[in-house]
Amino acid sequence: MTAHGPFSPRDWGSHPSYVHPDYKSTVLRGPTRPLIPLKPTLSELTGPVYGQTSVGPLDHDMTRNARVNGEPLGERIIVAGRVLDEDGRTLPNTLIEVWQANAAGRYIHKNDQHDAPLDPNFRGSGRCVTDAQGRYKFYSIKPGAYPWGNHPNAWRPNHIHFSLFGPSFITRLVTQMYFPGDPLLDLDPIYNASPEGRRELMVSNFDLDVTEPEFALGYTFDIVLRGRNATPAQE
Amino acid sequence: MSLKQTPSQTVGPFFAYGLTPEQYGYDFKELAGGRLIDDETEGERIHIVGRVLDGEGKAVDDAMVEIWQADAQGRYAHPADPRGSNLAFKGFGRYGTGTDPECRYMFDTIKPGSVEGQAPHITMCVMCRGMLSHAFTRVYFSDERQANGNDAVLATVPEDRRGTLIAEREETVAGVIYRFDVHLQGAEETVFFDL
Ligand SMILES: [Fe+3]
Repeated sequence: MTAHGPFSPRDWGSHPSYVHPDYKSTVLRGPTRPLIPLKPTLSELTGPVYGQTSVGPLDHDMTRNARVNGEPLGERIIVAGRVLDEDGRTLPNTLIEVWQANAAGRYIHKNDQHDAPLDPNFRGSGRCVTDAQGRYKFYSIKPGAYPWGNHPNAWRPNHIHFSLFGPSFITRLVTQMYFPGDPLLDLDPIYNASPEGRRELMVSNFDLDVTEPEFALGYTFDIVLRGRNATPAQE
Repeated sequence: MSLKQTPSQTVGPFFAYGLTPEQYGYDFKELAGGRLIDDETEGERIHIVGRVLDGEGKAVDDAMVEIWQADAQGRYAHPADPRGSNLAFKGFGRYGTGTDPECRYMFDTIKPGSVEGQAPHITMCVMCRGMLSHAFTRVYFSDERQANGNDAVLATVPEDRRGTLIAEREETVAGVIYRFDVHLQGAEETVFFDL
């Protein structure tokens, strides 16, 4: 084994199971057979590398990266945090990709049928790479809640979609960041598919230190990926 | 372990303008798409094509498939590869199933070399609306019968399910095509690994 040792397993105490009937489309789409254990090889211990140069200067700023004739509408926000592993080590040079609805709860995606206005100055996607201390920061507009057809009167809580790689392909994580105090959280089958005591890790915190005076409210959201196995590599 | 892993959530139906924007026609540069090669890339040109099917055999039109592979000499473009990185071939591809009328994903790439004595293979990550966590599988090649027979990972898979991991080679006028459908459920459910 190389110095890049194997990783701790996916913690199914945090992650939802594949089939969660309250979220209806999992019933036909979630794998049902037990996963087959695979002792990671070089194929799993490596993964795509994206450094600081892979992101553009405005990629992290969704209030600016799709302007056509003015500023996007809605409440400006700042989302900042760190990417860490389970052992508390910060993870520098980690790509984070985000996408979200606009302030009215409408996605720019062509298939979004929600009868809420698009914003010509807001696309709602961005990316950044964590710095040497594992930190990241996005500027955006607070996403609106939107209806979805899962059950009668179903509404998704305000959220931002996050995608990360971490140090290898198997540390990959796709998650969603939520906002504190959202009354829709208790009613949301996607949020609640993660076990109680862990799902709260997806709720950001309002942070006055991240808030910029006269400009935008700040939220902190730290993301934890799989750690390194503590046991030394075997010969 | 002092911290707990952030839970996984579904990628949802509307990832395209964030993750695969150019493929779907959004004005945002994409970091990876269906084409992993350029004119200079060494190795045998191949296409990998397939669908993601749900428990009723219906093709999923809002899935995203990612692949991670070694170059033709079995080297990964990553610092953990002791043979040194080959940054000219990045080895990462990403494709959504929402732009093809048959909901296929498609990659233009090269056949990877053997890594550490394993049969040539590609690591694949599948996600879609309705999947709360991504699923990892491996793509092996039907013309590597002998190497597949000696592969330590394939050997751990029950024999009657190994076929779900083998892409069928087809020589066409358009070049070499490997067909690899991902069955999320059902009698032919693809083998997914606990990775
Ligand atoms: Fe969403």
